[in-house]
Amino acid sequence: MDILLAIAIMALGAVVLGAALGFASIKFKVEGDPLIEKIEAILPQTQCGQCGYPGCKPYAEAIANGEEINKCPPGGTEGVQRLADLLGREVKPLDAEEKPKQVAIIDENTCIGCTLCIQACPVDAIIGAAKQMHVIIGQQCTGCELCLPPCPVECIHMEVIAENIDSWKWKYPVVEIKAAPVEEAA
Amino acid sequence: MLMNLFKFKGGVKPPTNKTQSVGQPIAAAPLPSRLVVPLHQSIGGTPRPVVQAGDKVLKGQLIGEADGWISAAVHAPTSGTVVAVAMHVQPHPSGLDALCVVIEPDGKDEWITRQPVDYKALTPEQVRERLQQAGVVGLGGAVFPTHGKLTASKTVAMEEMVVNGAECEPFITCDDLLMRERAEEVVRGIGIFRDLLQPKKVLIGIEDNKPEAAEAMRAAVKAVGENFEVVAVPTLYPAGGAKQLIRVLTGKEVPASKRSTDLGVQCFNVATAYTAWRAIAHGEPVVSRLVTITGNVHEPRNYEVLIGTPMDELLKLATPHPDTDGIVMGGPMMGFLVPEPGVPVVKATNCLIAHSDRLFPPKAPEMPCIRCGSCAQACPHELQPFEMYWFSRAKNFGKTQEYHIFDCIECGCCSFVCPSRIPLVQYFRFAKSEIWAREREKNAADQAKERFEFKQFREEREKAEKAEKLAKAAAAQAAKKAAEAAAAAAAGDAPAPAAEATAPAPAAAPSAADAEKAAKLATIQAAMERAKAQREAAQPKNTDHLTPEQQRAAEEIESRRTSAGLVPPETPVNEKSE
Repeated sequence: MDILLAIAIMALGAVVLGAALGFASIKFKVEGDPLIEKIEAILPQTQCGQCGYPGCKPYAEAIANGEEINKCPPGGTEGVQRLADLLGREVKPLDAEEKPKQVAIIDENTCIGCTLCIQACPVDAIIGAAKQMHVIIGQQCTGCELCLPPCPVECIHMEVIAENIDSWKWKYPVVEIKAAPVEEAA
Repeated sequence: MLMNLFKFKGGVKPPTNKTQSVGQPIAAAPLPSRLVVPLHQSIGGTPRPVVQAGDKVLKGQLIGEADGWISAAVHAPTSGTVVAVAMHVQPHPSGLDALCVVIEPDGKDEWITRQPVDYKALTPEQVRERLQQAGVVGLGGAVFPTHGKLTASKTVAMEEMVVNGAECEPFITCDDLLMRERAEEVVRGIGIFRDLLQPKKVLIGIEDNKPEAAEAMRAAVKAVGENFEVVAVPTLYPAGGAKQLIRVLTGKEVPASKRSTDLGVQCFNVATAYTAWRAIAHGEPVVSRLVTITGNVHEPRNYEVLIGTPMDELLKLATPHPDTDGIVMGGPMMGFLVPEPGVPVVKATNCLIAHSDRLFPPKAPEMPCIRCGSCAQACPHELQPFEMYWFSRAKNFGKTQEYHIFDCIECGCCSFVCPSRIPLVQYFRFAKSEIWAREREKNAADQAKERFEFKQFREEREKAEKAEKLAKAAAAQAAKKAAEAAAAAAAGDAPAPAAEATAPAPAAAPSAADAEKAAKLATIQAAMERAKAQREAAQPKNTDHLTPEQQRAAEEIESRRTSAGLVPPETPVNEKSE
């Protein structure tokens, strides 16, 4: 008789706890993978596809599934460092050449108004219409270079964004290392 | 008049070095060979240039139009010719260029027609507008457009207005001389601010090492018949910091991430009050300011200097010693070595110090931080510089923000007292600018992400809309066909018309197919008709009913077009010959 009571108590406990867990899994369900969001927050959102994925989010998903972290040239070495810190992986040198920040410029004299670059721009930073001159909104341009290949007349070029007084940064204080004066031997 | 004064924590007492430059009265600096007036001289939007190379300008003429509410206009400092609107090196630690208007003076120094007004007849909005148009900005160093500070808060009653004549930084004496010689106009300027803000009390704080200035201000307050209180505050650097002076005079401590206006206090510099009075009562925009020229020179003195005067030309007036090797703009605590001697004087330039190793011996090399805590004791903002230093140095910027790095006013007290001679402020500036840059990048990335996601959403939506439209059209077509087929079938069953009599009448199926074909043909015919009608409707109609002149002009243009080969020659020529 005792054994039956014990089994009944254990079974009741299992049912109650199971119900509690089931409730919690519905009530506190996390939408999406929080890790992917954290990775995506580090990626520079240029949507350039240089990593081989069609945008920053797909690359973030791929990283979460084990893809290398050094495939994002716009993020630079610092981006790799931050991803490594987040994921506890080893820092690797960037898989491409690191470039300074750039902006695309359309040569107004050559543009034929074909709208191909408008379709290619991932962030809608080009305005224009068929047979009208196109222009790039410099502030919105991420410098992804995706508009360069579709242009049939090669009227788009990239320009490095020069430092100005507003974007200038104070430099890291340099510690001067001087040779100690050599003492004359007595 | 005894007043209970308060203390701020920390502070240092560097040698003041002020006596050298107060011996002589203010002198007007001679016209320089050319003036380089930067357009961006205040916090806020960069003014847009409204002159171009070759334009003649008069003294006080607008050359840069304020861009937005937080922005102040820029004016020609003397009459002459605009030589260029071009990039020029700025008096900024970066040594980078910014847009400037270069003016060659004609030597006449001819004013525009000045329009003095009685500000009491104007509405507060009009006064603020005038101050903005006259380019009045805070001359204490921050160059914040003054009109932006002159709107009384709706929620907090204005208790005290603090006027800053403390001038705590060593070497600088331009506010001292201004108060000694032009006290009445300063007081009248304060009167304008008082009338706009309606504070309960006006306190003028002057460090007690300037008794002459305080005396002159007291006399002027009495002469003008105001009830401002002139208060001598103890000499302690940085008593002239806005938050420090407010603390000393009112006992109110402005919390982090709040402004003094939240506590019902507003603070202005004495020189700002002076320029505001000149702007309103004399119609003179800010085209000059007082500059102390001191340091490694024979004759230190205060000069009234036109904005845009090259610093090297100005320094020559005080005959610098031959071992001078640079110019410091501002004081020795917060100033910086200008990137090259020819940079122009701007509205923020209160002092030029000729630099030499004799006057400012080079600092011995930096030693490790021993965590002695001297910097924390000296910090007037009660921060912990040694902690902020450590995290700035390690580029751990999140931690520096936890230690409130953005409350640091970069006064330099910590670097001054550091026994290890660590350039602490440089580390804090580095950390601050890195944090700002990251903030900018983060915002740009967020915006790019949002735009990218919207583009994807839009493309999806367009695709869906297109598919829906196609499906609808297909359904309509099918319905139409079915209806026609039914009609044809009905017609086939009835006695056939003569044209179709040749077809075997009882065969319903082939006749339905024929009917379908005919219906298709008919729709194509109809569509072609419609297109034709549309084409005709779209033909240009403006060539009908022309006057003879218009006809002639049109023909002329046509012939030019033909000769230029823009139009295939046959059609227009033929038309003309007819």
